Amino acid sequence: MQKEYSIIVGGAAGLGSKKAGNIIAQLFSNLGYNIYVYEDYQSLIKGGHNFSLIRASSKPVAAIRERVDFVLALDEPTAKLHFNQLKDKNSIVYNADKFSFKYGIPVLAGQITKEYGGIDIMQNTALVGAFAKVIGLDWAYAKKVFKKEFSVSTELNINIAQSAYKSSKTLISIPKISNKIYPILSGNQAIAMGALAAGLEAYVAYPMTPATGILNYLSLVDNITVFQSENEIAAANTVMGFSFAGKRAMTGTSGGGFALMNEAIALSGQSETPLVIVDGQRMGPSTGVPTYNSQSDLLHVLSAGPGDFERFVVAPGDANEAFYYSALAIDIAWKYQLPSIIITDKDLCEGTYSCDLEYKSSIKSKLWNGKGEYLRYQNTKDGVSPMAFPGNVKAVVKGTSYEHDEFGVSVEDSKKIKEMQDKRSKKYREFHKEVSKLKGVNVYGNKKSKTAVIAWGSVKGSAIEMAEKLNIKLIQPVILSPFPKKQILKAINGVDKLILLELSNSGQMAKLLSCNGINVTKKVLKYDGRPFTIDQLIKIK
Amino acid sequence: MDNLTLKTTNTWCPGCGNFFIFNALKKAIAKKKKENIVLVTGIGCHAKMADYININSFYGLHGRAIPVAQGIKAGNNNLSVICSSGDGDSFNEGISHLIHAAKRNNNITVIIHDNHNFALTVKQFTSTSPKGFKGSSTPYGSIEDPINPIELMIASGATFVARGYAPKVDHLADIIDKAIEHNGFSFVQVLQPCVTWFNTYQDYNKRVTEYYGPSNDKSKAIELAYEEKLPIGVFYKKNKPSFEDLLLDKNAK
Ligand SMILES: Cc1ncc(C[n+]2csc(CCOP(=O)(O)OP(=O)(O)O)c2C)c(N)n1
Ligand code: SF4
Repeated sequence: MQKEYSIIVGGAAGLGSKKAGNIIAQLFSNLGYNIYVYEDYQSLIKGGHNFSLIRASSKPVAAIRERVDFVLALDEPTAKLHFNQLKDKNSIVYNADKFSFKYGIPVLAGQITKEYGGIDIMQNTALVGAFAKVIGLDWAYAKKVFKKEFSVSTELNINIAQSAYKSSKTLISIPKISNKIYPILSGNQAIAMGALAAGLEAYVAYPMTPATGILNYLSLVDNITVFQSENEIAAANTVMGFSFAGKRAMTGTSGGGFALMNEAIALSGQSETPLVIVDGQRMGPSTGVPTYNSQSDLLHVLSAGPGDFERFVVAPGDANEAFYYSALAIDIAWKYQLPSIIITDKDLCEGTYSCDLEYKSSIKSKLWNGKGEYLRYQNTKDGVSPMAFPGNVKAVVKGTSYEHDEFGVSVEDSKKIKEMQDKRSKKYREFHKEVSKLKGVNVYGNKKSKTAVIAWGSVKGSAIEMAEKLNIKLIQPVILSPFPKKQILKAINGVDKLILLELSNSGQMAKLLSCNGINVTKKVLKYDGRPFTIDQLIKIK
Repeated sequence: MDNLTLKTTNTWCPGCGNFFIFNALKKAIAKKKKENIVLVTGIGCHAKMADYININSFYGLHGRAIPVAQGIKAGNNNLSVICSSGDGDSFNEGISHLIHAAKRNNNITVIIHDNHNFALTVKQFTSTSPKGFKGSSTPYGSIEDPINPIELMIASGATFVARGYAPKVDHLADIIDKAIEHNGFSFVQVLQPCVTWFNTYQDYNKRVTEYYGPSNDKSKAIELAYEEKLPIGVFYKKNKPSFEDLLLDKNAK
């Protein structure tokens, strides 16, 4: 039997609901639970309503349910908005110094915080302390977790938590379920760590939700070069500069910033200089709804940049895949000297997952052996030209945005133009060959079912549970370019009903599939910025 | 032919000021370790330097030479990275990069081939064209006042600001050499006659005067930049840690 708990912790921006959510996730994680945290917040700094939904389960999870076991209300709107989601109306823990409520467990968070000389935001500590008692954790265990989570004002926070703990009462007793404890990471952290696993040496970006977390995370990592650029055009071109100098670099943004990088993507294609970009999708078009989710950049990402050239595009579905495929995206970009794009979405970037990270690779870039005259665009048998970098006494290295000869000088002669186009085509054929051998499609659920759903990106999480509950098949494409047609055809073999699940208004994956001769029977689309819940999906016929 | 010139076909108009700038650059780098120099260009007549010079180069996008140069320099601090950019390239399309590179004090050299027009797209006005410039998109004359490149660079925080005149090759080569040796952002505005669309030889030959600087006084430098006599030389120089000094220092922490 799956053992699981869902908890909402919410409050206005500035009240610390996210931090409280992190600590609750840690309280469960350290008892061996698998964690998923969904963050729902608005594009404002103070006020409004933010909440985290923590789901802790004995099985891996990456999606949310509508009904919850507990609500922690830092303010009254949280209590009012989420009360209906409670399975038991008494399972609400609230800040009784802010408002009164008919049900649940009042915590005098303001009073306790003041008593210990804390600041207002520490009222969230009081609520979490009280909650630890509600779920029957012993104080010694809770204290250990708190100690780790509060790196500043540790003592003070622990005192506040303990006082609230003492004043609270126990409703249930959460058992420890495993000794195996997985680290919990956001998708953005997993992307950054994956990139580091593939040898990332520099990250340059301009802030844009939901990719900003990658920039912030990497800024704290030692021994890599990280800086903020004046805009996304600069970021992408600076990454090209790093690559040209022989250093693995990456940038990250969301749809609007990605649009500004279009010209650089084509430059990567033409100049055969590796360019790795993370596109964290959010609700568009345009500025759209900055902190809510959507999967509507797909066609843009697949076709961005003028001219004919190929790109590697991966769409991880959870943090483990974010780690693995980010590393892969870098290795592929460097082996085939082309743009690689990691397309993610807000819920994956900013959601938190229990992780088991792994990446091993034998993909190596082709380096020049130092013999003879160096030709940056040498027309080799496989179309991949060996790389050399400035600083090499024996090589003059010429990269260019113009069509060029093997040395790297511009050409306009019809024969030479075609020769170089054909050289790149040879390279793309090798690239396709290698990518077709990589895992580009995952299949879950009942593999024999005649009904299949197809879902990508963060929707994987809810779609897996849907498939399991309805005993149907889930097909999840992870490599989107070059399109893994053979793998998809194999996965849909025997399926007579193919349902697309996508967070968009038009069903962009259906368009991509139809370009490849595959038609979906039905599209289930959500475009209100919020994720699919498992409850919604299991009603789909 | 010298060993810094490729055997490619040169397509600049005969008499183009770019020939002088090309010679001055080759002269400036002749004694340096060739493998440690990278030329980054934008797009325009000026940018063809990349196809003519036998050194490492990256022939990038219109207006985007500077961010590429910045990545190369941060990627390998042993390299000397020089941008050849046009007035359209860096004072129109990519002006934000230029200002930010000056502000950051990136340790790169930017040479602006300032011919006061978009030459390769057949004569349109740029940010440095004089008011009244008659180009293909402004048949009745441009109605905008120009930017003064020197003033903008000084205001933006550039730590080496100079002006050269293309035909004065030795003088220009000396400026470029100093610019490359400067630790920090070095900016060289080169007055470049475009014989085909905006022939300024006669006018400049009369006005250009050599100035023996540099000064560390910003207002003096800006005054010079507006002088009718068209002074050439190093207008301003300041010693300050470069962006890369600070960045690599931070990385080591
Ligand atoms: C993004 C983009 N926009 C426009 C162009 C077309 N274009 C090519 S060269 C050029 C003007 C170059 O002017 P400048 O930088 O002053 O160089 P010059 O030709 O005068 O040396 C333009 C607008 C382009 N290549 N890329
Ligand atoms: S158009 Fe002007 S700038 Fe271009 S090559 Fe001719 S003279 Fe030189």
